[in-house]
Amino acid sequence: MKISFVLNGVSKSLEIADGNTPLIWVIRDILDLKGTKFGCGKAACGACTLHVDGNAIRSCSYPIQLVEGKQITTIEGLGNEENPHPVQQAWVEEIVPQCGYCQPGFMMATAALLDKNPAPTDEDIDNAITNVCRCATYYRMRKAIHRAAELNAEINANIDVQNS
Amino acid sequence: MSKKKISRRKFLVRGGLGSIGVLAVGTYVFRNPIRRGIAGAIDTGETPYVGNTNAPIIWFEVTSENNIILHSPKVEMGQGTFTGLAQMAADELEVSMEQMLVVHANSASGNMDGFATGGSTSISTLWVPLRELAATMREMIRNEAAVKMGISAENLSISNGVFSSDRKTMTYAEAVKDVTEWEIPDTPALKDIKAYKFIGKPIPRVDLKDKVFGTPMYGMDATMPDMLYGAVVRPTKIGAKFIDADTLKAESMPGVVKIVKEKDFVGVIANSQTEAENAKNVIDAKWEVERNWQTSDIEAMIAVGKGEPFVIQKEGSAKDILEDSEDTIISEYKSPIGAHAQLEPNGALAYVEADKATIMMSTQVVKITRDEIADRIGLDSDQVNIVPTFLGGGFGRRLHTPNGIQAAVLSKAVGKPVKCFFSRTEEFQNDTFRPPTNHVLKGKLDANGMIEAIEHNVSSGDVAWGSPMLPGILEHILGADLGAWRGGMIQYGEIPNYRTISWRKKLPFATSWWRSLGLLANTFAVESFMDELAIAAKKNPIEFRLAQIQDDDRGFRLKEVIKAAEEKSGYTDEVVNGRAMGFAASTDVNTPCAQVAEVSIENNEIKVHKVTCAMDPGLAVNPDQVRAQCEGAIIMGMSASMFEKMEVEDGELTPTIYGPYKMATMRNTPKEIDVVLLQNSGVPGAVGEPPLGPIGAAVANAVFRLTGKRLREMPLKLT
Repeated sequence: MKISFVLNGVSKSLEIADGNTPLIWVIRDILDLKGTKFGCGKAACGACTLHVDGNAIRSCSYPIQLVEGKQITTIEGLGNEENPHPVQQAWVEEIVPQCGYCQPGFMMATAALLDKNPAPTDEDIDNAITNVCRCATYYRMRKAIHRAAELNAEINANIDVQNS
Repeated sequence: MSKKKISRRKFLVRGGLGSIGVLAVGTYVFRNPIRRGIAGAIDTGETPYVGNTNAPIIWFEVTSENNIILHSPKVEMGQGTFTGLAQMAADELEVSMEQMLVVHANSASGNMDGFATGGSTSISTLWVPLRELAATMREMIRNEAAVKMGISAENLSISNGVFSSDRKTMTYAEAVKDVTEWEIPDTPALKDIKAYKFIGKPIPRVDLKDKVFGTPMYGMDATMPDMLYGAVVRPTKIGAKFIDADTLKAESMPGVVKIVKEKDFVGVIANSQTEAENAKNVIDAKWEVERNWQTSDIEAMIAVGKGEPFVIQKEGSAKDILEDSEDTIISEYKSPIGAHAQLEPNGALAYVEADKATIMMSTQVVKITRDEIADRIGLDSDQVNIVPTFLGGGFGRRLHTPNGIQAAVLSKAVGKPVKCFFSRTEEFQNDTFRPPTNHVLKGKLDANGMIEAIEHNVSSGDVAWGSPMLPGILEHILGADLGAWRGGMIQYGEIPNYRTISWRKKLPFATSWWRSLGLLANTFAVESFMDELAIAAKKNPIEFRLAQIQDDDRGFRLKEVIKAAEEKSGYTDEVVNGRAMGFAASTDVNTPCAQVAEVSIENNEIKVHKVTCAMDPGLAVNPDQVRAQCEGAIIMGMSASMFEKMEVEDGELTPTIYGPYKMATMRNTPKEIDVVLLQNSGVPGAVGEPPLGPIGAAVANAVFRLTGKRLREMPLKLT
């Protein structure tokens, strides 16, 4: 079947034999973006988290046929070294990663959280960020999430100043 | 630590390393015999650096952009070793951190650790040799620059990899260009610690940006042209032996390229990951299972008193005193089977050709993996190149990685590169588990309320034994499993009579190294029992411990971390605002660590609000990464102590997925983790594992102060 969607701002159109193929393998193996990680294949760990139409979803359990006409953002599209997303900027400032494998999933989940809730409390973070990190970098992640919220607020304040 | 200097001999020089390399240098470094490594392992539980002694070794490359590539013989699994090594090299090479690029040495480069990356010893064992290598290389290049510039070497200063005199400058890259023969100078004196710009500073990780921006770097990210995808049917039951498989249905599944049936497994090769998995799922494999094990069978096996005891520590006559007294206090502690649960599944990308093979994978044991694969596919070891990648978690799970064999066998069968990984279910069912333990502790107080005699009996499944890293001969010499008793010895040397006895069990499923080996469970048992004795003696648990630590260097460092944790946490025996504190301390690979956990009970669950951690790892090459290791180890230790448990049901290890295998996550993370670093030793010591020790007992001891209930079994449960 033919599937069309927008990946990190670029239109993609692919012929996929099996519409039930999990999105993660299309992203990783066909489109060769390796930042989205495989952890469990059952939506239990969150390593494969990316955005579909702005929502954080676990791509290991999301069939490719559901993305027709949708916008997908992966860690590669969130930001880059020259132009980092505030979440990535905060992750760098707090030196969060250890082994690093689960980190893209956490950053994608965090970016989606901050879109909906610009200033999450600790409790909000506990409820929204349910990914698994075996190095247990949670302590710095929590700091980085609050820091990212601050950075977002600074950016928004600057935009307000420019608009006034 | 090697005292041997780098020998004076011609360097290996090669050019044409593609666009980045203008020169690679290698040398023979310390022919440290494996004998020394074994002696070190027996003495301290340390994993030594065992360099390749037979071939020139490539350590550094100077690139045309005047950067330095360090080929690390140790792998990066999150512990921060690449950053520490880069700091050490940069300081002696006199280049900036931005000029340092660290890569994994592949096995063909010769710079391969013959032992492993593990045991919290990567930095400490390379502390002297890496700096000596870097200093030697610096002087070697300076001599070439001097010739080219026509200025004597002593008149050349260096800054950021650029030589300068009052007249001209020359970069390292310019100095090394077109030099075909090198003379290695005598090993220069190392700089004074105070002269270092990077060592001892909280430098950001060298892999930080790659890990934040999603750069491909792990075994699972590896690709090769024309790559196919493999899947292997793995057993679900303990001890299952592969008999045969009906693959008829799988053969006609979409995308299937080939089915491979071997004596010990059956696998499928397909055009995509999903097609490989779908085909695998319809293979009907037959297994021979001798017995359907249950958790109760395993618990019965692991009881103290069964099997053969080995006395591994003895002072005075603890046995007689404890047997003869009616006042002997006896307690039993337990810990469950633990899973590694690292996020990146095991696997490999293999490309086997007629006379060579390339294997890209996450592994902690490069040499052993290379030799095992070569043996299985009928090549010589030097025809197999293991290209280590960054690890999506190690924790000991990758201290034996025979999974590379299966990818290699599949690749050989199809003549193309094949990538083959475990599913998550397969990871949980085929893990090399942290063995369950059973502990019986006995103690007796004297008239002054101090410990007259104490005895720790620990029964554990094998940890070190069965690992291909340790020669079988050790097993006969030692008897007891050195991994299992790590952290199990009595560290209070002023006690007149003490004894530690290790009861060794071979369990029917694979048990092996799990971050800190026996430390977690042993410290939970011993330090909880110390708390019981302190309470029986009606003494403050910290003063009780301090009074029984001996006055040598090890004792001094242990006392200092205990006092620091007490002071920083404001430790009190009292329950304040519904919160209580618990204390515990351990010494692991010569690194003492003391922790105080501040705990309350909410909705009948244990909640850890704050952990204060004082640790003395010696010289901290990167204090920020030492802190990061403490923070992570504390939460991982909480996870294992409070939540994690594998069961055995009808022969299957279960659960097989995150969630049901309950772990600490964001929700359980203490709001405050206060790390105090002491550095009462001039050299770097162990970091990655020691801070995992005290947390279980610290939490349990706090729960006792809150509830009066002594929790003697991990995971800790109130009801």
